[in-house]
Amino acid sequence: MSSVIAEGLSAKTARRPGMKPTDTTDPNYFHKVVDCQWACPAHTPVPEYIRLIAAGRYSDAYMINWKSNVFPGVLGRTCDRPCEPACRRGRVEEQPVAICRLKRVAADSKDDIRDRLPKPSREKNGKRVALIGAGPASLTVARDLLPLGYHVTIYDQDPFAGGMMRTQIPKFRLPETVLDEECGYILGLEPETKFGSKITSLKSVLDQDYDAIFVGCGAPRGRELEIPGRQDAKDNIHIGIDWLSSVSFGHTTAIGKRVIVLGGGNTAMDCCRTSRRLGGEDVKVVVRSGFEEMKASPWEKDDAMSEGIPILNFLVPKEFTHKDGKLTGVLFEKVKAERDAKGRRNLVPTGEPDQHIECDDVLVAVGQENAFPWIERDIGLDFDKWDMPVVDSVTFQSTNPKVFFGGDAAFGPKNIIWAVAHGHAAAVSIDLMCNGHDVKVRPADPNTLASQKMGIHEWSYDNDVSLDLRFKVPHAPSELTLRDVNMEVELGFTKELGFKEAQRCLNCDVETVFEKNLCIECDACVDICPVDCITFTPNDPEDELRTHLTATATNKTQDLYVSDYLKTGRVMVKDEDVCLHCGLCAERCPTGAWDMQKFYLETAQACGR
Amino acid sequence: MTYIAKPKLHHPGLPKNALGFTHRDYEGRISTLCAGCGHDSISAALIQACFELDLEPHRVAKLSGIGCSSKTPDYFLGQSHGFNSVHGRMPSVLTGANLANRDLIYLGVSGDGDSASIGLGQFAHCVRRGVNMLYICENNGVYGLTKGQFSATADKGSKSKAGGTNADSAIDLVSLALVLGATFVARSFSGDKHQLVPLIKAGLAHQGAAVLDVISPCVQFNNHAGSTKSFDYVREHNEAMNRIDVIPAREEIKVDFEPGTTEVVRQHDGSYLKLAKLHRDYDPTDRAAAMAHLQARQAAGEVVTGLLYVDPEPEDLHTHLGTVTTPLNRMGEKELCPGAAALAEVNAGYR
Repeated sequence: MSSVIAEGLSAKTARRPGMKPTDTTDPNYFHKVVDCQWACPAHTPVPEYIRLIAAGRYSDAYMINWKSNVFPGVLGRTCDRPCEPACRRGRVEEQPVAICRLKRVAADSKDDIRDRLPKPSREKNGKRVALIGAGPASLTVARDLLPLGYHVTIYDQDPFAGGMMRTQIPKFRLPETVLDEECGYILGLEPETKFGSKITSLKSVLDQDYDAIFVGCGAPRGRELEIPGRQDAKDNIHIGIDWLSSVSFGHTTAIGKRVIVLGGGNTAMDCCRTSRRLGGEDVKVVVRSGFEEMKASPWEKDDAMSEGIPILNFLVPKEFTHKDGKLTGVLFEKVKAERDAKGRRNLVPTGEPDQHIECDDVLVAVGQENAFPWIERDIGLDFDKWDMPVVDSVTFQSTNPKVFFGGDAAFGPKNIIWAVAHGHAAAVSIDLMCNGHDVKVRPADPNTLASQKMGIHEWSYDNDVSLDLRFKVPHAPSELTLRDVNMEVELGFTKELGFKEAQRCLNCDVETVFEKNLCIECDACVDICPVDCITFTPNDPEDELRTHLTATATNKTQDLYVSDYLKTGRVMVKDEDVCLHCGLCAERCPTGAWDMQKFYLETAQACGR
Repeated sequence: MTYIAKPKLHHPGLPKNALGFTHRDYEGRISTLCAGCGHDSISAALIQACFELDLEPHRVAKLSGIGCSSKTPDYFLGQSHGFNSVHGRMPSVLTGANLANRDLIYLGVSGDGDSASIGLGQFAHCVRRGVNMLYICENNGVYGLTKGQFSATADKGSKSKAGGTNADSAIDLVSLALVLGATFVARSFSGDKHQLVPLIKAGLAHQGAAVLDVISPCVQFNNHAGSTKSFDYVREHNEAMNRIDVIPAREEIKVDFEPGTTEVVRQHDGSYLKLAKLHRDYDPTDRAAAMAHLQARQAAGEVVTGLLYVDPEPEDLHTHLGTVTTPLNRMGEKELCPGAAALAEVNAGYR
C-alpha cells in the first residue's frame, strides 16, 4: 500500500480518462465474483446451498444441487471439486471451504425428497431420443428431457445404470445405495431402458429414426503398457479400469499379496486402495514423473498414503519380469526431470542401475482413451486427425446434426461434473433442434439480483465472518475399512461439523453493489473494509490503476469494479479479489450507496424452458 | 451501529512496518458512531499515520474528553494507553500525564464542543504552556450528540439542519492556537487523507504543542446545504496552503525542486517536513505573516488547510519548568520525597 491512501482532490478536479464503468447488468460480472459457481462446470449455486445447510434446510440444499448437478450424493463424495481451488476463502486464509463434503451433508441429512421430483410426463411430445451409455452424461440428458414429454431410450452394455460411477469408483468411496438412489430418481421418470445390450453400430441406431441420438458412452478403454514381458505375464497384469469394473460387479474378489500399481491418476489411487482390501498387503504406486506432477487429486493421494501405500516416483517401467509364465516383478529405469534449452521438462535417465521391484500382480492405470470402433465413418459424422468425433463445444452437436456427444465421449476423460454439464447443454440443444430452433442460439441463464437489507444493520444472510480453519471429514477406523471393500471410508461431516464448515463460506454471491449517485465520498467504506479492497481515486487505465489502490491488486484474474465519475471527479474502484462480503461497507455507508444484493443464477436447462 | 466485529482476516499482501505490524494492528474496536461520520476517517488516518511512523502502540497515550469525537480513541490504537476524561478537562489530564511521564507520545482527541465551549480555558492553557502533544480537534461545528445545535465553531450565518441561522461569531481554533503560541498549527479535512495523514505524522513528531483542527462533517446533523462544515462545502472552498511529506530522521533527504515551490523544515527530532507550496507567498515559519495571510484568506470565504505554522525549534513544558530528563514516574520515593531536610533547604531558598 502506498502511504497515500487516496489522492484527495477538490471538487474542481477534472475527470481523468481511464477504465470504463463496470457493467453490472451483464450477469457474467457478478457470476464471476461467485468464484465457486463460476468454476463449477455445471455452475451450481454453491453459496446458496451452503447457507441452506447452515440453516438446517438440508432438503432445500439438496434440491438446488439436484437441479444443477443431478448427483449430489455421488458428487459430494467423488467430485473433482474445481470449485475448491477457486474458493475465495483460500485466498484470505489457508484453505478453501470444504464445498464438496458440504454437498454430501445435504445429501446425507435430507428428508425424503421424492415428492419434489418431477413426475413422469403423461403427455408425450412425440419425439424420440436415444441415449447411448447410462453414465452421468446420458442420465442428465434423460432427466432434462423426460419431463418435457420426450420418449427417451437408454442403452448400456451393463445391466445397471450409472456407467463409470458404478464400474470405476470403488464402493468404499461411493456406496452403491447412494448411486442407486440417485440413478433411481431418473429411472423413476420412466425412460425406456435397454440395459445389458451393447451397441455395435451407430448406423443401426440411426436407422431406427430417432429424432436425436446422444452418445455418452464414456472413455471406456484403459491405455495399454506394451513393454517386454507384457504378454508373457499377462495373467497377473490387469488394466486398471477393467479390473475395477470386475471388482465392482463381484467377478474379482482377490489379488496377490504384493501389488504394483503403475500410474499416478485417480484411477491408480482407486486401484491401489482396492488392492489393499482384496488381500494386497504390500501395495505400491509407481509413477514415471515426480510426486508433485501426479494427476491424482491431492486428497486422494493422502487417502492412499494413509492406508500404508507408498508412492514411488521418477521410475519408468522397462520390463515385466516373469518366470515360468508367472509375473515376478517390474524392472524400472531411474530418471530425473530436466529442462531442455526450450524450457521443456523431460525425463532423462539418471544413469543409476535399474531397480527391480518384486510383485505378484500389476495394475496398469496409465490413462484412458476414447474408442469408437462401433461408429461407422460414412454416416456424415466427421472424425478429426486424432480419430475423435468433431463435436461443437457449446452445442455438443456432431457434424451429423442428429447426433450429439457428451461426457468423456465428447472430449476425452474428465470428471462426473463435466459430464453433467455436457448433458445439460446437449439436452438444451436436442430440445431446441426438436422444436425447430437453431441450436446455436442459446437460452439465457435466468438470474436475479436482490437486496438483502432487513434493517439498518441487518441482512438476510449471516455476515459475521467465521475465523475457523477448515474442518476435517471424519474417517472410519482403517482396521475396519481395510477389511471390507464395500465399507465407506469417509463418514461425512456430522450436522454440527457441517454447520461450522458452512459458516466458513464467505457468501460471495451476496454482492457489493455500488450506486454512485448516492455516494457522498465520506470514505467510511474505505476505512471499515477489513481487506482494503475499496479506493476512491482519479481514474486510470487498468494496469496503472491496479498499482495505486489502497492495497495493490495483483490478482489479474479478479476484476476491478469501477464506478462512473463521482462529484470530485474521482471513481470508486473495488478490487473483487479478497472481498469478504461481510457487508461492512454497506453497514457503514450513510446513504445506502453500497448495498448487499444476492446474485442468483441457474444455468438454462431444457426442463426449465 | 454495526453489530459484528470487524473480521480479523486481512488482505494477504498487506505491507508491514519496521516493527512487523500491519496497519490493522493499530486498529481499535469497531466504531459505534453514525455511519459515514467524518471522525471515523480521522481514526483511520491516525491508524495509518501511526503505522507509517512505526510507533510502538504502548508508547502512545490517547486522552479525550466528552462528545462524539472523544469516543473515537476506542476505535484506534487498541493496544495503547487511554484516558477518557471529564467534559472539557482532557487538557489538564494530558498535562498531568505528560508531567508524570514525559517519555510517552501524547495524543489529545477532542471536539469543537469539548475544546471551544466547555473546555476553551483548558485548551488555551494547555497550548500556551507548550505541552508536548498532538491536540486534534475533530471539528464538525455542531452538537451531534444532542441532535444538531450550533457549536462554538459554527460559522456566523451558517444554517442548521432544522433551518435556524447562526448569529454568533465562530471561534477559530487555528487562529486561537497561533495567538496562544502553539508551535505547530495545522488544519485539514477528514475527507482528504492524502493531506491529513502526513499532518498527523508531522504533529506526532513535533516536540511541542501541536494543534490540528480537522473539519469533520457530521453526516447526521451538519451535512446539508447552508452548512459550512459539509462535505460539499469544504470540498468547494478548501484552499490548501501546502502539501507536506514527512521524511523520517533515518532517511536521507533529497532536495531537488524549484526554489519558491518547495520548502524543507527540519524538525527537532531530526525528521524533515517537505512542503510543496501551493501558495508561493505563504511562509509557514513566520507566525505573524501566517496569521495575517490566514485572516485574509478566511475573509475571502476560503477554508484554509495545510501546515499553517511550524516552529522548527519548539520548547515544551518540561523545558520551561526545567524538569529532569528521567520521567517522574520512574523515580523512587527517595528521589520524589527527599525528606524534611531537603524541604527545609528549599524553604530556606525563599527566605
